[in-house]
Amino acid sequence: MIRFESVTKTYPDGTVAVDNLSLIARSGEITVLVGPSGCGKTTSLRMINRMIEPSGGHIYIDDRDHSTVAPAQLRRGMGYVLQHAGLFPHRTIVDNVATVPLLLGRDRREARLKALELLERVGLPAAYAKRYPAQLSGGQQQRVGVARALAADPPIMLMDEPFSAVDPVVREQLQNEFLRLQGELGKTIVFVTHDIDEAIKLGDQVAVLRVGGVLAQLASPAELLSNPVDDFVAGFVGRDRGYRALGFENVTDLHVDPEPTVALGSSVSAAGAVARAGWVLVVDDHQSPQGWLAIDDDAVKAVTEIGPTLLHRGGTVASINGSFRAVLDAALSSPTGRGVIVDEAGRLAGTVTAADVVRLLDVHAPAPPATIRSPQ
Amino acid sequence: MTSPAAANSGAASSSPWHFFAYFTAHLHQDLSWLWDHVWLSALPVLAGLVIALPLGWLANRYHWLYPPLLSIAGLLYTIPSLALFVLVPPLFGLKALDPLQVPIALTVYSVALLVRVVADGLASVPDDVAQAATSMGFGPLQRLVKVELPIAVPVIAAGLRVATVANVSLVAIAGTIGLANLGQLFTTGFQLSTPTAYYPPIVLGIILCVALALTFDLTIVFGSRLLTPWRRAVASR
Repeated sequence: MIRFESVTKTYPDGTVAVDNLSLIARSGEITVLVGPSGCGKTTSLRMINRMIEPSGGHIYIDDRDHSTVAPAQLRRGMGYVLQHAGLFPHRTIVDNVATVPLLLGRDRREARLKALELLERVGLPAAYAKRYPAQLSGGQQQRVGVARALAADPPIMLMDEPFSAVDPVVREQLQNEFLRLQGELGKTIVFVTHDIDEAIKLGDQVAVLRVGGVLAQLASPAELLSNPVDDFVAGFVGRDRGYRALGFENVTDLHVDPEPTVALGSSVSAAGAVARAGWVLVVDDHQSPQGWLAIDDDAVKAVTEIGPTLLHRGGTVASINGSFRAVLDAALSSPTGRGVIVDEAGRLAGTVTAADVVRLLDVHAPAPPATIRSPQ
Repeated sequence: MTSPAAANSGAASSSPWHFFAYFTAHLHQDLSWLWDHVWLSALPVLAGLVIALPLGWLANRYHWLYPPLLSIAGLLYTIPSLALFVLVPPLFGLKALDPLQVPIALTVYSVALLVRVVADGLASVPDDVAQAATSMGFGPLQRLVKVELPIAVPVIAAGLRVATVANVSLVAIAGTIGLANLGQLFTTGFQLSTPTAYYPPIVLGIILCVALALTFDLTIVFGSRLLTPWRRAVASR
């Protein structure tokens, strides 16, 4: 657990970077610090490992005032991931990862073995171990950065915009793998980002900071979306927050309509016999939905057998236990208005319409906030 | 009656191309001067590097120190070498023609060149790399030795090449005030050039100096390559 108690950082020129910040980053959880530039999020992060010394207040690591621990010793107990990985260009990948264990005086062979294991864990092939950082792409370097931070198995990880310098596709991959890793490792993580979507996706709790280092709101992502504390937070959280909030609530007892299907490779005439409103859902041998077939399409009429290229694949597929957002999106994105729902094994369960989901939403309407804040 | 040619034994001709005959005829003396020249050129650069490392580190660490340190270094370099050679004994309490006279003077020049090189080399370390080192718990000295200096090697090596080659020529000038090194070959050449020009020792001096400078240069280039295998690793995608 990391506890900020009235922490302030004022620079000699009078700039207040962090103003009287109090918050708790709970053990085993991801706490995201998010806000516009100049909100003191990185300063706050760096005060945790004493790369920046607070000018007032205290930071406690598991109830121990961190100013009583020597900086180098403190830092070796915390993994740190930077925006641009910051790998040592003169060391091979495996030696980069083994850095902290070697600093801690561990056996070189053992440290390298552990490093190889970690590289695999973050999804890098062993062939990369002997390469130098310059030979890796930005996304791969960032994976190495994460592996290096994890190498000494520190209970705490500090992450400073670790995924913001890579392209959106790689970023999403890294985020998903990061969540998977955290599911296995359960570290206490403080994560800094300027991207509210990333904060909401990754955070167990999110601290929104405003310029000048003032904490605007500390809440779970769902709470932040449904109940922003003021205009600043509401504006920062952004549009579509009602829709995005649906991503945090899973549907229960979803009633699906049975949907007639045909198998890929069966005849077009068989499809015509079961089609509803001109559309029929095509599945593979494992009952996994492949796409919709419009039986009135000229291309479909021209052939006798249903091939994969004839299918409309625009619709998303939601799990029967998925979030309201996923289920609603399946209905909205389907060319037929019938959202495809699958079971845990990925087999077709049936379809729902957007109206079905909205009716269910009415029943599940989120409870009103416990306290109604009066405007000040 | 012995002719002047016979007195000069193997180095009979005054043609510039007979430097090799002169070399073989005075082999022992020439090799001794060459050896003196080697250590007089190399040692001050090494000593200069040892002194320039902390100064360069300071100039990089405290940015306000960079301009004054670099100005002082530049001024030192403008002192004519002969004047510095002569000034060293009284300044350092040595007697004239002390064996340390030339190394000390050349160390001053090397420091003057290398302070900038070390400061710039350390500044060439990417900021996020230095921060990563700090964030992982490297102490300042560990960070310097294990991270910053290895990354600064290419820049520092480039400076060492300049300093060493400059030293080879400065040492020769020290020969003219009577110190033993390849500069003596030029003095000898001048002395033997009356009444007619006598080139072989002069040409030999030039050739040995150039060969020595090239050898030093290649050694530093090769050493730098050995220390930086990572620089040859390029993106393989």
